[in-house]
Amino acid sequence: MTTTSLPGRAKVFRDAAASRLALTGDWTLPHYVDLQHSIAAIAHDVDASTTVDARELGALDTSGALVIAELLGSARTQALAQDPTIPVARRALLKTVGDALDTYCHAAPRERRSSLSILLERIGRATESFWKQSLKLLGFIGMVLQAIAATVWRPKRWRVTALVSHIEQTGLDAVPILSLLSFMVGAVVAFLGATALATYGASVFVIDLIGFAFLREFGVLLTAILLAGRTASAFTAQIGSMKAREEIDAIRTLGLDPIELLVLPRVLALLVALPLLTFIAMVTGILGGAVVCFSVLHMSPAMFLSMFRDDMTLGQLLVGMAKAPVFAFLIGVIGCMEGFKVSGSAQSVGEHTTSSVVQSLFVVILIDAAAALFYMEMGW
Amino acid sequence: MSALPTPIPKRETVIEVRGLVNRFGNQTVHDHLDLDVYRGEILGVVGGSGTGKSVLLRTIIGLVRPVAGTVRVFGENLLALPPERRSMVERRFGVLFQSGALFSSLTVSENVALPLVEHAGIPRADAERLAGVKLALAGLPIDAARKYPSQLSGGMIKRAALARALALDPEILFLDEPTAGLDPISAAAFDSLIVTLRNALGLTVFLVTHDLDTLYTTCDRVAVLSQHRVLAAAPIDEVAATDDAWVQAYFHGPRGRAALQSAHPERKD
Repeated sequence: MTTTSLPGRAKVFRDAAASRLALTGDWTLPHYVDLQHSIAAIAHDVDASTTVDARELGALDTSGALVIAELLGSARTQALAQDPTIPVARRALLKTVGDALDTYCHAAPRERRSSLSILLERIGRATESFWKQSLKLLGFIGMVLQAIAATVWRPKRWRVTALVSHIEQTGLDAVPILSLLSFMVGAVVAFLGATALATYGASVFVIDLIGFAFLREFGVLLTAILLAGRTASAFTAQIGSMKAREEIDAIRTLGLDPIELLVLPRVLALLVALPLLTFIAMVTGILGGAVVCFSVLHMSPAMFLSMFRDDMTLGQLLVGMAKAPVFAFLIGVIGCMEGFKVSGSAQSVGEHTTSSVVQSLFVVILIDAAAALFYMEMGW
Repeated sequence: MSALPTPIPKRETVIEVRGLVNRFGNQTVHDHLDLDVYRGEILGVVGGSGTGKSVLLRTIIGLVRPVAGTVRVFGENLLALPPERRSMVERRFGVLFQSGALFSSLTVSENVALPLVEHAGIPRADAERLAGVKLALAGLPIDAARKYPSQLSGGMIKRAALARALALDPEILFLDEPTAGLDPISAAAFDSLIVTLRNALGLTVFLVTHDLDTLYTTCDRVAVLSQHRVLAAAPIDEVAATDDAWVQAYFHGPRGRAALQSAHPERKD
C-alpha cells in the first residue's frame, strides 16, 4: 500500500528568534523504524518554543501519530490537535493517540529484576504448589473414602450400571494392548537375561528372572503405567469437560454429590480392573519370556514348567498383586481430582490431562520404589 | 482521508460482493447475494439465526471459499491472489472474532504486538510500546496488558481483540457480534468506542450483530440478510420501513421499539 510512498521526515529549521519543526512524507507503520531514527536525531533541537508545521505531511496512521506524540509530549500534541491547518480527521487521530499515550505513560513501569531472583521465585512457587497439591490430594482421598463409607451400606445408591460400563472401558478394552505390551517386554527381559547369564553358563536361570520380574514388579508396574496414561487421562478429560460446561455445578444444584456420581464408579471400576489386568500382564509377560526360552534358548516346556514351579512361590504373586489396588486407587483419584480442577477453557482441560498423567506416573513409580525397599527389609 | 464522519458525497466501494453462492451439503446459505460496502461507513449486517451473517463475513475475509460468485476487497479477489499479494491485502483489514480468538499462550500485549513484529518488522520493545498504546486506544486498563486472555473478563477480551485487530492500522474492520455476551453498559461503551475509532482512524466497519441498540447508535447503513440474499441495504429508517414480515417483527417488536426510543428519545414510533 505504501510501497511508492515517501518515508516520513522531520526537520528543524532555526533562525534567530524561533525554530520550526517541519513534518513531511508518510508517517505510517512501514516507516516506523526510520521515523524513530529521524526523531532521535532531531529530538534535542525541539523545545517548547518550536512551532510545528504539518502542512506537507503525507499519510498518517496511529504509529506515526504515536511517534509525533512522543516527540512533542502530551500537552503539545493536544495543542497540535487544535491546529486549524490540519484536517479534522487527522486532528481527531492525533488527539485520540495523544490521550492513549497519556494513559499508557501514567501506568507504573514494569519492574526490572535479576534472573537469580526470578529463578528463586519460580523455585519457591513450585515448592509451594507441590505442597498444596499434596494437601489437595490427601483431602480428595479423604472425600472419596468418606463417600465410599457413606454408600457402602446402602445398595440402593450403588451405581452398578456406571460401574460396569467403566470396568468395560478401563479393563476389558485395555486387554489387547496390555497383553501385547507385556508379552513383548517379557521377551525382551528373556533376551537380556540370556545374554547376561550365558557368560556364567547359567542361562537356565532366565526362567527365574522372568518369573521374579513379572510376578513381583513388571506385571503390576506395566499395568499401572499403561492405565496411568490411558485411564487417568480419560477420567480427567471426561470430568474436566463436564466441569468446563458447568455440568458439575448442575449436579450440585440438583442436590446430588458429584463424588458419589462420577468419582466412585470410576475409582471402584479401576479397583476391580487393575488387579485383573495385572494378572493378565503377569501371564502374558511370562508367556513372552517362555516363547523366547523355547525358541531361542532351546529349553523344553517341561523343564520350564518344573523349574518355574520349584522356584516361584505363591508369596511372589501376592507381593506383586498387593500393590495393584493401591495403584488403582491412586490413579483413579488423581485422574478424577485433576478433572475437578479444570476451569472454564478447553486449554485448561488439556493442561490438567497432562498433569494427571504425570502425577499418576510419579506416584506409581514412587510407591513401587518404596514398596520394593519395604519388601526387601521384610525379607519377602 | 479528510472530513470523514458523516455521509461522504462520492462513495468509493471497498468491498464488492456479486452473485455469491454458499452451500453446505444440501443447505443453501447464500443464493446470488450482492452487497457493497463503502469507504468510511459503518455497515451493520443483521438477520435471523442461520441466515449466514457470519458465513458472509468469513467469505469476505477469505476463510470460506464460495461455491459461486466473486468477492472483491479493495478491488482484489482474495482467493485468486498468490499468497504474497493476498497477505498484503489481508494486512489492510482487521478482524474481531466473536469470542475474541486471542492466542491463549501469549499475554494480551504480546497478542497485539505479534502482527507488528511479524509483518511490520518492528523491534519487540517498540512493538510492545505500540501495543500498549493500541490497548489504551481500545480502552483497556494498562495493567491488563501483562495478563493472559484467560484472566480477562468478556468485555476486556473484546477490547483486547479489538486492539489486535487495529494493530496494523487496517482500513477495514470486521466485527463479528462485538457486543454479544457483554452487559448493557459495556456494550454501550463498546458501541461508542467503535464510532470514536471510526472517526479518528477513518475506518470502514463491517459489523455483524444481533444488537438493536448497536444498530441504532453506530450504523450508517444496515443490510438485512433474509431468504439467502440481502433483502435491503440502506440507512436504518429506510430498512425499518421495508415491507417484510421478518423486518417488521425485528424493528417494530418490543425490543426494536425500545432501542429506537433510547437512541432517538424525541421520536415516537
